[in-house]
Amino acid sequence: MTDHKPECPIGGCEPPATIGGTRREFLGAATAAMATALTGCGTLSKEEFLQHNFRELSKQEVLDVIARLEKEYQAKYGREVKVANTPAIPGVIFGYALDLSRCIGCRRCVHACVKENNQSRDPEIQWIRVLQMDKEEGVNVQHADAYYNPEEVPQEGHFYMPVQCQQCKKPPCTKVCPVGATWRDKDGIVVVDYNWCIGCRYCMAACPYGARHFNWGEPHLPADEVNPKTHYLGNRPRPKGVVEKCTFCIQRTRNGQYPACVEICPTGSRKFGNLLDKDSEIRYILENKRVFKFKEDLNTQPNFFYFYGV
Amino acid sequence: MRLPTLSTLAAGLLILLGPAVFADPPAAKPLSGTKVEGPAAPEGLQVPSPPFSEGIFPCTSCHDGKSMKPNLKRRELTDMHTDIALHHGPASRWCLDCHDANNRDSLHLASGEKVPFTASYQLCGQCHGDKLRDWRVGVHGKRTGSWNGPKQYLLCVNCHNPHTPRFQALKPMPAPTPPEQIQTRKGGAR
Ligand code: SF4
Ligand code: SF4
Repeated sequence: MTDHKPECPIGGCEPPATIGGTRREFLGAATAAMATALTGCGTLSKEEFLQHNFRELSKQEVLDVIARLEKEYQAKYGREVKVANTPAIPGVIFGYALDLSRCIGCRRCVHACVKENNQSRDPEIQWIRVLQMDKEEGVNVQHADAYYNPEEVPQEGHFYMPVQCQQCKKPPCTKVCPVGATWRDKDGIVVVDYNWCIGCRYCMAACPYGARHFNWGEPHLPADEVNPKTHYLGNRPRPKGVVEKCTFCIQRTRNGQYPACVEICPTGSRKFGNLLDKDSEIRYILENKRVFKFKEDLNTQPNFFYFYGV
Repeated sequence: MRLPTLSTLAAGLLILLGPAVFADPPAAKPLSGTKVEGPAAPEGLQVPSPPFSEGIFPCTSCHDGKSMKPNLKRRELTDMHTDIALHHGPASRWCLDCHDANNRDSLHLASGEKVPFTASYQLCGQCHGDKLRDWRVGVHGKRTGSWNGPKQYLLCVNCHNPHTPRFQALKPMPAPTPPEQIQTRKGGAR
């Protein structure tokens, strides 16, 4: 592409005063045309095109954005979808612990997650990947199989290690994002503003856990399978061309509920709570059990811990 | 059908968990958000109903202590409750070690102290003290409800059949689609 932007003085540039129109009108018309041209199919509205990064919006702008999204979802799925913007609870940093001695690799968590978080069903995007590993090898990703499919689990001689976003304290994924569409929120949850994500997938390359997933096509989410309780930064239906990932079920946990994977796990392997609460089960685990962090040597400092309950 | 004989008295309360209960993981139910149900066990813990086989509780509807006198003798049951296989220390244990002979709607500890079915974890904890300790603090076993509020504790017997305690194997849910099998859809920019 050879078109150059006109040089702007610092502080932004004024468009030339056009006859018979204010600057705002000019911008409106120009960007609407541009939006249509850019998306090729004209589905990007002027408002969406002009929308800023979620963190820069005023309270009123957030409400407007949410109202617009809810209207779009209503039109698309023919049903009411609520989009919350519940903020982080002060004094809370979420931690997760997974008991490797109990997980049997049944993948109940994987599918509960898909349902809860409105992932594309075809092809199915899964935020949790359960790795089957050889007991003899220990935690060794070179001996991991995510596609195991026996009649019954657990299988002799194997153990299972579910991997999902580790909500790193030093997340490489957010550092590399060229537009700041992903960040670590105050309660430690690494979130994505899907409306600001440009789909460059740098974050996917940077994440050492394979925790980020890209919507190559329009996510196929049947209307009757939509979970209507959503959060702007979590499980609201995503557009094509954005990256998504586990958010510790932000739409549930910021309201006090456990994540869907904790609720479903039949072996009780999954533990969740507030790292700042010294009476929480998560703190008890960290203080009393054998705990390790996955790929600790990379210094990503996960808030997701693996432990041995026995 | 034969009338219940004395021998059936002995096993009257061995009623927990038919194998069918394990076909689905016990996890399926408590998914309903923060709602916490079930009778409160002693200590104010929220626990679900113990997974009795259908139509069998209260045990005193048969074992009323009058028409059948309790037979305390350790023996193999041949008339009733024959579906129960005891794979839980069978060499040294039998029904009345846990089920109370005088009140069949109750269990009892080694001391003879009675405990209700909703507090069966106290019974389990006599031998599995480390597990009970972990269960109380929420490390072993499953809790649902809210991470910062009321929680429901699954009882030991919601996951482990007390007569065959080993956690039952499950059929895994579908694996992810291997990349080479993901189809390009017509018109889509996959
Ligand atoms: S549901 Fe629980 S036991 Fe099953 S794979 Fe997930 S973590 Fe493991
Ligand atoms: S696990 Fe990956 S996606 Fe999650 S915070 Fe860490 S680097 Fe980012």
